[in-house]
Formats: sequence, C-alpha cells, structure tokens
Amino acid sequence: MSQRLFVKGNEAVAMAAIEAGCRYYFGYPITPQSDIPEYLSRELPKLNGEFIQAESEVGAINMLLGASATGVRAMTSSSSPGISLKQEGISYMAGSELPGVIVNISRSGPGLGGIDASQADYWQSVKGGGHGGYHIIVLAPASVQEMYDLTMLAFDLADIYRTPVMVLADSVVGQMKEALVPNPRPETTLPEKDWVVRGRKEGTEQKIVKSLFLGDGELEAHNWKLHGKYDVMREKECRQELFMTEDAQLIVTAFGSVARIAKTAILTAREAGMKVGLLRPITLFPFPTQAYRDVTGQCKKILDIELNNGQMVEDVRLSVARDAEVHFYGRPPGAGSLPVPEELFEQIKKYY
Amino acid sequence: MAFDYEKYIRPGKLPHIWCPGCGHGIVMKGMIRAMDTLGLEKNNTAIVSGIGCASRLPGYIDCCTLHTAHGRAAAFATGVKLAKPEMTVILVGGDGDGTAIGGNHFIHACRRNIDMTYIIMNNYIYGMTGGQFSPTTPHMHKASTTPYGNPDPSFDIAKLAIGAGATFVARGTAFHANQIDKLIVEAIQHKGFSVVEILDDCPTTYGRRNKFKSVIEMMNRLKEVAVPVKAAEKMTPEQLAGKVLTGILYKEDKPEYCSEYQKVIERAGGAAR
Repeated sequence: MSQRLFVKGNEAVAMAAIEAGCRYYFGYPITPQSDIPEYLSRELPKLNGEFIQAESEVGAINMLLGASATGVRAMTSSSSPGISLKQEGISYMAGSELPGVIVNISRSGPGLGGIDASQADYWQSVKGGGHGGYHIIVLAPASVQEMYDLTMLAFDLADIYRTPVMVLADSVVGQMKEALVPNPRPETTLPEKDWVVRGRKEGTEQKIVKSLFLGDGELEAHNWKLHGKYDVMREKECRQELFMTEDAQLIVTAFGSVARIAKTAILTAREAGMKVGLLRPITLFPFPTQAYRDVTGQCKKILDIELNNGQMVEDVRLSVARDAEVHFYGRPPGAGSLPVPEELFEQIKKYY
Repeated sequence: MAFDYEKYIRPGKLPHIWCPGCGHGIVMKGMIRAMDTLGLEKNNTAIVSGIGCASRLPGYIDCCTLHTAHGRAAAFATGVKLAKPEMTVILVGGDGDGTAIGGNHFIHACRRNIDMTYIIMNNYIYGMTGGQFSPTTPHMHKASTTPYGNPDPSFDIAKLAIGAGATFVARGTAFHANQIDKLIVEAIQHKGFSVVEILDDCPTTYGRRNKFKSVIEMMNRLKEVAVPVKAAEKMTPEQLAGKVLTGILYKEDKPEYCSEYQKVIERAGGAAR
C-alpha cells in the first residue's frame, strides 16, 4: 500500500499528472494555482520532462495543443481569467480531437473578480466555453484525494475519447492540505494513438491534425461524430457520490468544495432526526442525469447549493423527476462568502 | 517646503500593497512629481494598467484611472486615446504584464506610435503571484518556476521598444529617484509612443531567491550597473560589459497615430477634428 502523505490539493494534481505519465506542462502564473507549475517546474526535469512558462495562457494552451498532437501526455493549469483565455485553444482541441488535461482552480468573477473560492465557472466549463458547439469532460474533485484520483482519470479519459478534459476545483480544494494516498497509475486499456503527428515515413499515410473541414458535408459529419462521442460519455462516464440518500426526504445536491460543507450540515440534520442525504456529481459533463432521476423517484425535495448565483441548478431541474421540487441556495463568490455548515443547516430546515 | 504628494493621492486607498523595500513607491512618487511639473489636470489624465504589483499604482492616484485585464493595458489605452485624443494617457505596469502576456499589444502600440507614455517597472519577476520568472528574469537566475535557474534568455525592454517603433525610449532606475520624474516629463511631452523603463527591485520574491542579502544590496546593484548614456560614450566596450545604459536612449520625430488618422478621415471625406 502506498504511504499516506499530507499535501495540498494543487500538489496532488501535479503528483497525479506525473504518475499518469504526463511529462509536458505549459502554464502561466496566476493565483491560486501557482503551486502546480511550481511543483512541476521542480519535478519534471528530474524525469526528463519539460516545463514551459508561456508568454500567456493563450500561448500555453497552444503549446499543449502542439505537444498533444505528437502523442505525449501533456497538461496546463490556470484559474478562471486564464481559463477564459484558453477557450480558443480548447475549442481547437475539441475540434481537432486532441487529448489534454486542463486544470481550473477557479476564482471569482466576472472580469477580474477576486481570488476567493467560486463555482461560477460551471456554465463555461460544461456548456463548451469556446465557440462552435462542443463539450469537454469536466471532473469536480471535493478533496485532496480526489484531486489526485480525478487528475489521473482525466488523462485516461482524454486518451480514450480524444478530448480535452477539465479538472474543475477551487481554492478551497486547491489550497487545502489533507491526507493523500498517492495510488499508482491504474492499468487502463487505452486506444492506440495511430493519429499522432510523428514525421512521415515512406509508404505510410499522411497524418493531419485539424479542425477545418471545407468539403461538402464534411463539417456536418464531423460535428455528428463529436456529438456521438458525447452521447457515449453520457452513457458510460457519469460519476456521482450518493450519501445517505436511501431514506432521504430531502436531498442536498452540490459539487466540489461546497459539497464538503453541505455534508457536515447533513450530519447535523441527521443528528436532529431529519432524513437528509447528498447527491454530489463528480462528473459535471457528462452530468449524472440518471442519478437525479433515480433519487427523485422516492424523494421529492432537492436543495441545490452552489458558490454562485445558480448555474448547475438548471441541469438539476432538467434531470429530476417531473413531480420533484428543486430549491436553490447560492453564495456568489467574494471575500467572506464561503458558507458555514450552520448556515446550510438553516436552509435544510427551511425546505425539509 | 517638502513636495506635497497628497494632492494626487486618494487617501482612502492607502496603505498600498507593496512590500517593504519595493521600488514601486519610488516610481509612483517620481510620476507624481512629473505630473505636477507638467501641471496635468486630474480630469484630463488617464492612467491605465493591467495586472500585477506595479499595475496597482493607478488605484492610489486621483486621476481618471482604469484597471484592466492582464497584459491588455496598451490595447485598452489605445481605445481611450483614440476616443479622447485631448487626454494625457499614461500606462503603468510591470515586466510580466507588459512583455509576456501583453507583449503583442506592447509592440503594436510602439509600432502605431500613438501618443501615450508607458512606464514599465521592471523588477525581473512576477511578484504578485509569488515569484515566477518573467521575460526579463536574467538567464539562469532563480524564480519559483525556475528552481534550477532560468533557461530563457531575457528581453531588453528598451531595445524591444525601439525595434518595434517607439519614438521615445528612456531608462532609469529606482535608485536614481531624482531622474525618474525628469524622464517621465520628457516622455509625456514627446508626441508619440514613449516608453520609460525603470529598473526596479523585488526583495520579496526575486532578491531572496538570488542571494541579495538586503534591499540596500539590491539598490546598490542598480546604482552600480547604471551608466548614463553620455558617460557611456567615453567608455570602452570592456568597461561597459554588464552595465545598463540610463537616460534618454532614443528619440525620433515621426508622424503620430491620432494625427495620421485625422488624415484618413479627411481622405474619406469626413470632418477631421
């Protein structure tokens, strides 16, 4: 068994990337994710890997695009304003079907906003933040252990589906220190990367990485192909945590950091004899629609809690059984706006 | 009587965020003295910045101040100047903001020769995010993301500005405090895009990683490496090795962008200003 370490969430991301075989990192300084590039600038050269601090986030995502086209595992990380800059490249990666891992240790907005923990990038992340109608897989860790495990998973999912995968967390999860068991890389069967650009050999077919399709019907077919992949993801890759939902009369739903706070409030409610549970989506795209449908077969009250003004709640409303009622409690980001368990317990009492 | 800085300061915004020993405050005072010398009106002076420690400066000054996105100050200011050519537009920022993420905007502002003054506080590091290396961090020096030394060659901001077409380029240092306002006065008076690079220090995130024992040592280094352009004329290449020229490095009279655009308006049959 691996030893237990006491590390930051951001460090766990970097450790998982290395264990996953990622040897190329491209980034640009921004708070609160700088631990990731700092860790990788120290560790990658020891493994013959390379670290580049790009001239901007636009530079970094395009470097990732280039490295990925050669078949290596590569990543970038940033925080909300920087992720906005990367959207152009993410759209090109989605269009060119290039794998890659993008970590967003999100902060508050809009605009410059602040560096406080925020979940206001939900829409941007799950609805396709760039132009052109695509999705990327979005994983939402709620602990340091999950920062590690889901980053590892992100590299596999990226290779399996030839897609960018985002790990979406915030400064609570990124900066928090917790125990971590750095599990070894699982043995996943991955498709052969027969599409990579490696230099043309005599007698072999030319490899082209592109997102431009000008032939009659080509782009339409390409779009249907991409959306076919998204359907497969919806079928196979949904992940969620169910906590005390079996007998629940009210189910709280929340992702990432705020789900941790909600869990404490749920335990308080249980002590008070209230049957309350938690449904925590781990994949935000694909959204675990079926899990919501299932739990609302018997529990008709859902309380959605987010660190924003209400974004995931739209997907929750689309997913629950028709006769279920969905309530929302949100704390838009800002200094001092992280809710405490007592505050969430009050909300549970209100809707129970 | 001591110079009254307070008339240009927003008292409610102090204390500033800069660390003890940081040279940004020296540059801000120089800039205020320059504004006073020129008698700039607060309501007719726009001070534009991007993101970073140096970019916090406009927040403390009681003018029309605009805090924009990282690296975008030059583009933002171009919009201000085009719409309000009668305003004095001053950009302030650091080396990372101006020459990494803002590099493209920077060189194109130089190329257009639009009448603005860009004060770049070059402290060789990304201070605000904790000390990552910037495009001006010296080769093989240490930063939080170059723990084994920086493999990148560094930019010479003044040469970059000259090469890109800026028509006034000067360099000073945070040590030579009395020169700063003089350089800024000339830069603002120059009709065209003017760049004033101030070599600065960051004891917190650059100095401590690169064996500078104190702020005084960092300031002494600025004193030692700086050679005024006039003095340099009498020095041999050997004597100039490792030195940095200060003063007005380049000055040229060239058509200014806003004026040139008036000609375009005339050609198009419009009513020029």
